[in-house]
Amino acid sequence: MSTMTTLETTSTGHDEGATLNRQYATFSIGPLFFGIEVRQVQEVLRYLELTPMPLAPDVVEGLMNLRGQIVTAVDMRRMLGLPKRKTGEAAMNIVVRSEDGLVSLLVDEIEDVIDVEAGNYEQAPAGLPREQREMIAGVYKLEGRLLLVLATDRVLQANFCK
Amino acid sequence: MEDQEIVTEFLIESSENLAQFELALVDLEKRPTDPNLLASIFRTIHTIKGTCGFFGFSTLEGLTHIAENILSQLRNGERRLTPDLTSLILETVDAVKRELVSIETTGKESGEGYENLRARLVQASNEKSIVEKAPVEKSVTAPPVGAGQSEAPLAALPVAGAPSVDTDVAAAESEKAGAASASHIAGFTIRVDVGLLDKLMNLVGELVLARNQIMQFNSGQENEILSGSAQRLNLITTQLQEGVMKTRMQPIGVIWSKLPRVVRDLATSCGKQIELEMDGADTELDKSIIEAIKDPLTHIVRNSCDHGIEAPAVRASKGKPAQGRLTLRAYHEGGQVNIEISDDGGGIDAGKVKQKAIEKGLVRAEDADRLSEREAFNLIFLPGFSTAEKTTSISGRGVGMDVVKTNVEKIGGLVDLTSRHGQGTTIRIKIPLTLAIIPGLVIDSGGERFIIPQVNLLELLRLEGEAGRKQIERIHDTPVYWRRGTLLPIAYLNEVLNLPANNAEAEAVNIVVVQAEDRQFGLVVDAIHDTQEIVVKPLGKQLKGLNAYAGATIMGDGKVVLILDVLGIGQKAGVLSEIREKARGDKAAADLSHEKRQTFLLFRAGRFERLAVPLSLVARLEEFPRERIERAGDKFVVQYRDQILELTPIASVLGDPLGTFTELADPTQVIVFSEGDQVAGLIVDQILDIHEESIRITKKSDRVGLSGSAVIAGKVTDFLDLPAVLRAAGEEWLSLSAKPASALRKAVLVADGSAFSRGLVRNYLELAGHPVIEAHNEADALEKMESVTVSAVVTSRKLPSLNGRKLVDEMRKRPALKEILVVELRDAGNDAAENLGGPFDAAVERFDRVGLLHTLQQMRDLQGMAQGSRVN
Repeated sequence: MSTMTTLETTSTGHDEGATLNRQYATFSIGPLFFGIEVRQVQEVLRYLELTPMPLAPDVVEGLMNLRGQIVTAVDMRRMLGLPKRKTGEAAMNIVVRSEDGLVSLLVDEIEDVIDVEAGNYEQAPAGLPREQREMIAGVYKLEGRLLLVLATDRVLQANFCK
Repeated sequence: MEDQEIVTEFLIESSENLAQFELALVDLEKRPTDPNLLASIFRTIHTIKGTCGFFGFSTLEGLTHIAENILSQLRNGERRLTPDLTSLILETVDAVKRELVSIETTGKESGEGYENLRARLVQASNEKSIVEKAPVEKSVTAPPVGAGQSEAPLAALPVAGAPSVDTDVAAAESEKAGAASASHIAGFTIRVDVGLLDKLMNLVGELVLARNQIMQFNSGQENEILSGSAQRLNLITTQLQEGVMKTRMQPIGVIWSKLPRVVRDLATSCGKQIELEMDGADTELDKSIIEAIKDPLTHIVRNSCDHGIEAPAVRASKGKPAQGRLTLRAYHEGGQVNIEISDDGGGIDAGKVKQKAIEKGLVRAEDADRLSEREAFNLIFLPGFSTAEKTTSISGRGVGMDVVKTNVEKIGGLVDLTSRHGQGTTIRIKIPLTLAIIPGLVIDSGGERFIIPQVNLLELLRLEGEAGRKQIERIHDTPVYWRRGTLLPIAYLNEVLNLPANNAEAEAVNIVVVQAEDRQFGLVVDAIHDTQEIVVKPLGKQLKGLNAYAGATIMGDGKVVLILDVLGIGQKAGVLSEIREKARGDKAAADLSHEKRQTFLLFRAGRFERLAVPLSLVARLEEFPRERIERAGDKFVVQYRDQILELTPIASVLGDPLGTFTELADPTQVIVFSEGDQVAGLIVDQILDIHEESIRITKKSDRVGLSGSAVIAGKVTDFLDLPAVLRAAGEEWLSLSAKPASALRKAVLVADGSAFSRGLVRNYLELAGHPVIEAHNEADALEKMESVTVSAVVTSRKLPSLNGRKLVDEMRKRPALKEILVVELRDAGNDAAENLGGPFDAAVERFDRVGLLHTLQQMRDLQGMAQGSRVN
């Protein structure tokens, strides 16, 4: 079942990533291996002190001061419905640009920037939990592992408080 | 040497004077007879002439002398200023300027004679008209003479250029201010791109942040040089900030100027006559705020014209002048700007508003009933609301007032609406002067720092020690603090924000009294720090809708701190609805029933220095201005929330002869009691305090209206027998309520659907020493009887939400409860006919305090005997 779906989408292609080779900044969140297109990423930071935001939804980990700019930090583990990060394990910040400013995604570990071939782009596999499938724009099949392309719009455009 | 300095000063002064002189002259063309303007022009040229003579600059002296003559003629009204004359004088000014330059560079006059100009000036001053002479002479003399050639093009400059530019400025200035002096400044203004000002403002914001950081760092250092520089930086930054903020200020008249046209057009299309008055058009606001309120303001004005002011015929029938009046006022107050838009139209009908809101499904009918007038008015600001009976092209599409409110709140402002039916409506907008940098108070709560905008701040309270903590009382569910005669609802900030409580036993309670939407409440915080200038940074759009924060800022230590949205916090804490009404809610009343202590309102009336009534019976405390209180027959009445409220002086009811005749105080203090639709007010001299105590009446009273006296807070206090007082005041409505009673040393359960009735019976019973438990419906009553041993039940046969008969039937089915005695309260004339017969053990007339207590006593005796016999 799932294979058929994937094949179909490959042939239809996907607007994003179907045409050109792209560079992805990759990182891991729990067992998952994710990537964001490099041009969307402003910078990658070690853990910065966060100001917690009472009453805000769980996914909002807090606010941070990025050189005078206030940036909302979103916990990707919660976004994906994964268990909480163990205390003592500092998260890494991937600061992503959007039209309305910056958002920092808290992830477990930063990995390399990699080139991928457009041809390997497929839709997110079925069978993932809904929270996760919604957050995945598509996947690239790499040697030995799947690179999940994060649907950054989901994070950037979301209004967590509604 | 010294001379040189004096000459330099002369040059600077003269240049400045001439610049003003030019402007004033152009202005004079528009207002040729303005005596102030003429005098100022004359003075300028006279000063220059005098100084030139002193230094021996003969050419200058000569030129200015003739010009002075002409101006003197103008001043004396001997001639009128013509454009040619203006040109000639301006030409002279240019010559004077050239000579001044020469003096500045070479130290002496240029040596040029200016014969041509001089001749024309002389001619002009002699003939008193140069209309034709000047051009003729020019054409003749200019070509051959070298001096004329060099002079003519230069002279042409100011004539052609200066007036055309300056006239615009001067015209705009004189339009705006209408003062002659205003035009002087115009010559020194330049146009600046707003984008640049925005950028400057942002940079200043960043600078303020950096300054704060340095100041914070400096406070931990002991370096004199650093601290000196830091102080200087602090000072300069503050001045720079003020300066840059000023550059962005615009008078509100900029947007008001469009309104007369709007009003005129609307009035014409609606067939109304509306006069627009504007007051305070020169009140200045930040440009961004001016932009932000432009549309809301226009909308309010449209609304007032369309819905507020009535058609001439309607107005005439109401005895108002046919012409409606719309007044706009703007003024500064406490670092904010208030804008008021008031009309003298029909006002808003709170009832209609409620009805409309119910129809539109914006509010439930039962909730609407409970809304105060003010709260009803606020329904207008809900999305999708419109009271216009017919939708017009102008307004009434229901997209208006909510947008107004949202837009004003977006810039940190408040909208408030007051209206008196038939007399008009006033909408008041309160907005900050600027958005970018605001003063705020830094506080701690639940281990976090927060900032409360100064705009919302009213006062800071510190209640010391254990005694201080006790000053926060709980009325039902809501903590309150008794502050200078007003109940201040209290919210614990950490609770509102779901933050942990401060475990350490603080030595004091810190309350920040804030205001939002015209309501005041106290926020209890862990610690209060200082006030700071903070730079407001918006939150990401992912966080919109949280309604708890107005933004965030970066503190001196680099940490991000949230700025509280006081309105949102107040709503979350539930302290913005009227506290007394909330307390009347069933849940709150049920909670109350578990308390052993009772809270009393203490007051003074006539020669009764200390009277008490249970706070649970009080609907509201009001203050009425004396002029609002009218006399109707032998009663006082006041219009109150669309009702007529009868006011009875307590002292007169209690038989104090002084109480009847004393003049009403201004304002008059009134305790309002209410039940359902009915209200009654008792006039008192002074509200003293509220006090919580479990009391027993020690001394019974024979006086009508008093139930007895007891010691409260160390002083003897008389207790009001409320039913008797109200009966004496001619109020009959209390007979609507009902309640039951039964009594033993164990608790008495009062089961009644009406919170008021329960409170009253509770009052009777507790004063007589019976512990009381309240229940508001059958299930509640049964549940409570199962958990607490009850000696007797007081209930009544039929009530809105409680059927006493059903309750008794149910009790009789349960073994544990079937022995409990039940007293029925009946209404005289109603239930009396039905006699006992029912399941009740005894019956007492409603509000018969003595009867009730007596019956309970009897029943207790009986029960005691029964138990005794059982033991035997």
